[in-house]
Amino acid sequence: MNYHTPSTFEDAARLAGAAGGVTRFLAGGTDVLVQMRAGMVLPDDLIDLKKIPGVHDIARTADGGWRIGIAVPGAALGANAALVADWPGVVEGMELVGSTQVQGRATLAGNLCNGSPAADSVPGLIAAGATAEITGPGGTRSAPVEEIPAGPGKTTLAPGELISAILLPPRGKAGGDAYLRFIPRTEMDIAVAGCAVNLRLEGDTIAEARVALGAVAPRIALAPGCAAAIIGTTLDEAALAALDAAAQAACSPIDDKRGTVAFRTEVAGVLARRAAAIAYSRAKGE
Amino acid sequence: MAKDELSEFHLVGTRPLRPDGLDKVTGRARYGADVSMPGMLWGAVVRSPHAHARIVRIDASKAEALPGVKAVVTRADFPEGLTGENWNLQENTMAGERALYDGHAVAAVAATSALRAQEAARLIEVEYEVLPHVIDVDDAIRPDAPVIREGAADATVPEGSPPNVARYIEFGHGDTEAGFAKADLVRARSYKTEATHQGYIEPHACLGQLGADGKGEMWVCTQGQWFIRQMCSSVLGLEAAQLRVTPSEIGGGFGGKTTIFMEPLSLALSRKAGGRPVKIVMTRSEVLRATGPTASASMDVKIGMTKDGMITAADAEFRMQGGAFPGAPVDMALYCAFAPYKLPASRHVGYDVLANRPKCAAYRAPGSPMGAFAVESLIDEMCRELGLDPLDVRLKNAVKEGDRASYGPTFGSIGLVETLEAVKSHPNLELPLGPNQGRGIASGYWFNHSGETSVSLAISEDGTVQVSVGTPDIGGSRASIALMTAETLGIAYEDVRVNVVETGALGVNEPTHGSRATFASGKAAVIAARRAIAEMCRRAAAEWGIDAEAVEWANGAAQPAGPNAGKFPPMGIEEIAAKMGSTGGPISGHHESVPEGVGASFGCHVVDVEVDPETGRTTILRYLVVQDAGRAIHPSYVEGQFQGGAAQGIGWALNEAYVYGQDGRLQNAVFLDYRVPVASDLPMIDTQIVEVPNPGHPFGVRGVGETGITPPLPAIANAIEAAAGVRMRSLPMSPPKVLAAIKAAREG
Amino acid sequence: MSKIHVTTTVNGDEVEFLADPRESLLDCLRDHLGLTGSKEGCGTGDCGACSVTLDGTLVCSCLVLGVEAEGRRVATIEGMAEGNALHPLQRKFLEHAALQCGFCTPGILVAAKALLEKNPDPTETEVRYWLAGNLCRCTGYDKIIRAVLDAAAEMRQEAA
Repeated sequence: MNYHTPSTFEDAARLAGAAGGVTRFLAGGTDVLVQMRAGMVLPDDLIDLKKIPGVHDIARTADGGWRIGIAVPGAALGANAALVADWPGVVEGMELVGSTQVQGRATLAGNLCNGSPAADSVPGLIAAGATAEITGPGGTRSAPVEEIPAGPGKTTLAPGELISAILLPPRGKAGGDAYLRFIPRTEMDIAVAGCAVNLRLEGDTIAEARVALGAVAPRIALAPGCAAAIIGTTLDEAALAALDAAAQAACSPIDDKRGTVAFRTEVAGVLARRAAAIAYSRAKGE
Repeated sequence: MAKDELSEFHLVGTRPLRPDGLDKVTGRARYGADVSMPGMLWGAVVRSPHAHARIVRIDASKAEALPGVKAVVTRADFPEGLTGENWNLQENTMAGERALYDGHAVAAVAATSALRAQEAARLIEVEYEVLPHVIDVDDAIRPDAPVIREGAADATVPEGSPPNVARYIEFGHGDTEAGFAKADLVRARSYKTEATHQGYIEPHACLGQLGADGKGEMWVCTQGQWFIRQMCSSVLGLEAAQLRVTPSEIGGGFGGKTTIFMEPLSLALSRKAGGRPVKIVMTRSEVLRATGPTASASMDVKIGMTKDGMITAADAEFRMQGGAFPGAPVDMALYCAFAPYKLPASRHVGYDVLANRPKCAAYRAPGSPMGAFAVESLIDEMCRELGLDPLDVRLKNAVKEGDRASYGPTFGSIGLVETLEAVKSHPNLELPLGPNQGRGIASGYWFNHSGETSVSLAISEDGTVQVSVGTPDIGGSRASIALMTAETLGIAYEDVRVNVVETGALGVNEPTHGSRATFASGKAAVIAARRAIAEMCRRAAAEWGIDAEAVEWANGAAQPAGPNAGKFPPMGIEEIAAKMGSTGGPISGHHESVPEGVGASFGCHVVDVEVDPETGRTTILRYLVVQDAGRAIHPSYVEGQFQGGAAQGIGWALNEAYVYGQDGRLQNAVFLDYRVPVASDLPMIDTQIVEVPNPGHPFGVRGVGETGITPPLPAIANAIEAAAGVRMRSLPMSPPKVLAAIKAAREG
Repeated sequence: MSKIHVTTTVNGDEVEFLADPRESLLDCLRDHLGLTGSKEGCGTGDCGACSVTLDGTLVCSCLVLGVEAEGRRVATIEGMAEGNALHPLQRKFLEHAALQCGFCTPGILVAAKALLEKNPDPTETEVRYWLAGNLCRCTGYDKIIRAVLDAAAEMRQEAA
């Protein structure tokens, strides 16, 4: 295996484009090293992105949003008070990935590119309207985060393309987001179901909302029916019931070692209600 | 027990620092994988990806051509003609004609680095003919199930039994039908438990060396170095005394490290590689796929009870699979299931069934948790139906000294009533519960075990004392044995060093299993100390010119045994030791036996849970362990055993399970999905040590290691019914199952 | 497949080793530097027995490549005591009998030290969640949690 430490994303893309065999990018490493250890992936070329300037930075953008470097670990997101104040749901999603130790390494970009339908940080990013900046052999483009996952273990990135930053929009006033997942233990598990809710209020009424569901379909995706169920409401009992039903309707899960179709579907509705309530109270500044 | 032994202890019951503690908090302690040797090679094992397959062909030519590869072994490198359990062990070490479970070893390779060995293992080509497989015990016992092995049934199995039944057991007493007729309530229920793994954090590791002369050495993490020696010798056709096995510090065992897995492979590879030492360290995935988990069980239980809570009769039929070999602890499960109850009549039937799973190993009170899950759950359900207090019913039916045990023998001194009384007066029972919360109680039992034991004690030149024991220290036994030895000799705890020694240094010792280390090695150490005391008294007597019988030992010194013996100042152990070269030579004490007088241990647990009615998730709010220790030599480590057993039982109850796919492959062979409890899953675990001394041990010790894993399974099931109104009869009581039960109850 | 020369600082000492780029930092610590105090319990970041700090951040050394240690600062269990003076956590683990087999102990001590440096006064719940990635199969965690809380209290007293 060849180990590369490019100093620009363009060099990284070139290396990946030129490599003939199995290529992997190393951001946090918490997925790649596990796959290598298990013999599931035996890369010929491993391209370590952590030496590229700026990949460890969290920066405010000119429009009041955020630019998050691809090697920023979960622990660093949680330590940035201004980011947590803006996007608590995004940060809490990332902070649920693995242990304290894993939080010292695991990244948003890595969690996204791993392509897991259960990735905990991805629903929050999608609900927030985050975009991925993508560098490839043809230059740089950007895409909404929801366009990256392509099914278990797959992304829509072309060969040689890699994510060079995650961008969050400005929070704006009267907004709040939240992410909840269900796991059998209190920590250390992969989500059996997950839901992120991002909403903006006008007075007590929800003016805008984005809801994303995780671990209940091959791809983590927006659930427009869920958003429609709560927009224009004050998140009263009827709206919560409608949200629950819409979340369940949006599920197309599988039975596996972590959960059943019936369980995932039912719990997705429960999580949607509970996450919406948290997002709502955050939007109200409570 | 002699009176003076109980009158006053200076050290027994205190909590000094453990002697191996400093090494363990500084990273210096050497475990199985921590040792390397000059010229060492690394081994890797090729394992079957199929649950059941004929091995058509193994081609290692590509691996052998890889630079740095020094040896490849397959079953062809092992001797033929083994029978019985020796054949089982050999077949489990390395598959012969067929791979019998996902993870079964089919070849092994040694190379100059770990990475090179892994590369070589991937280059070994194995052609399989996949065969039908069976995983679940109820499927495996069907007459038309795929046959794991023709002729596996032993003489106990009745003619005409299904083909995968390997052993059959039946016992009982009294007239059960008459007993059921006397009952006001008779209930029959079925229960299932899934296989779980001991989950020790240290993967198996060994470093083996074997020359062409048949002489070998091994460094290995094990609960029993003599078992490793005997089993490796049998499997490889070696002379046992030519193999010297040294136990490393051990990173947990819980029964799972009392047998062999890849240890013979390191020796076979070493012999083939010109005697170079070969180190093999399992990955976690290998540990879960290919070492010994516990059995899975399917159980039918029937109990009759009068309306005031007296049990009139009991009937149990248990079916257990312990993998592709005989050995599921169905006998132990049946012996323990009703042990806390005085039964007027009983019938017990058990089937040991083969399935395409790894060969089960012992796991903490083997069998007892399964039986308790069934019986303690049903008793709770019946108490609920009759409106009786489950603790009162347990007290009413509790066995006492002199009672006939449900499995036949008569109980000696036991502390079940004292344990239940202690629970009854515990403040946790008075604490209020909120909505969706419930409290459950359950009892548990383990016989405890003695076994072959050999201990040597020697007085050093300065009067300090070394004790050589053969039972690896898993949870503080060096501290407890040092305390008992120092107490006996009347010297300081710090003046005793207890060493766990290699097979060349003592006679045969059974492993640290059956909660026997503090009982058996401890008792042998006390007897060895008494022998050394007798010798020291003789030396003093000779110097004083009086009869040895006129000298007694007190406070670490020989003393005249009374005014008639003469007037001499006490002769301390240091003084006797300093002169030993000129008074007759080295002074030591030795004892070897199968110590008699094992004392059984009963426990009772109380758990408070909260069940989320929308997700089915159970949270443990509060937990209490009350258990009879006989005598707590080092109470901190007794509490530690109680707490650790409870935590493992909680894991078994709620989330731990072997999950197989349709293809018969284990799907959760990593700690991410084999869900042992993490720190945030548990509350503090309250403990209360009951001390009803065991008259069979000089200080009253019963074993304490195993009983604690047993009550959590039913206690949590009972608490879940109290909290959520649903009765869970299959483990694990995971959120999807609990939520489905809640929904069914709501709708039905 | 050539090895890479790595120069790094471990427990304050500059060290060098040759690493195959596929080897984890844990492999390199144990097999190239002889620092076997960090343990491999899983190799997948699920057990925490290999916990070390890398430039002060708590990580699983099985999830870090050895070659990534170039120019960094690594701290392991072997550097926790200063000579014969144990860290308060080490002392409290002994006093509270917070270990049975001791295999998870190095990782838990390293992780707990990282916690107390960040949060000198953690609640029981905070300790439990911080240590959720450190599996212990022997103790049921009770005595471990008590030892960490007691060490924190003592360290606060000393700091005051």
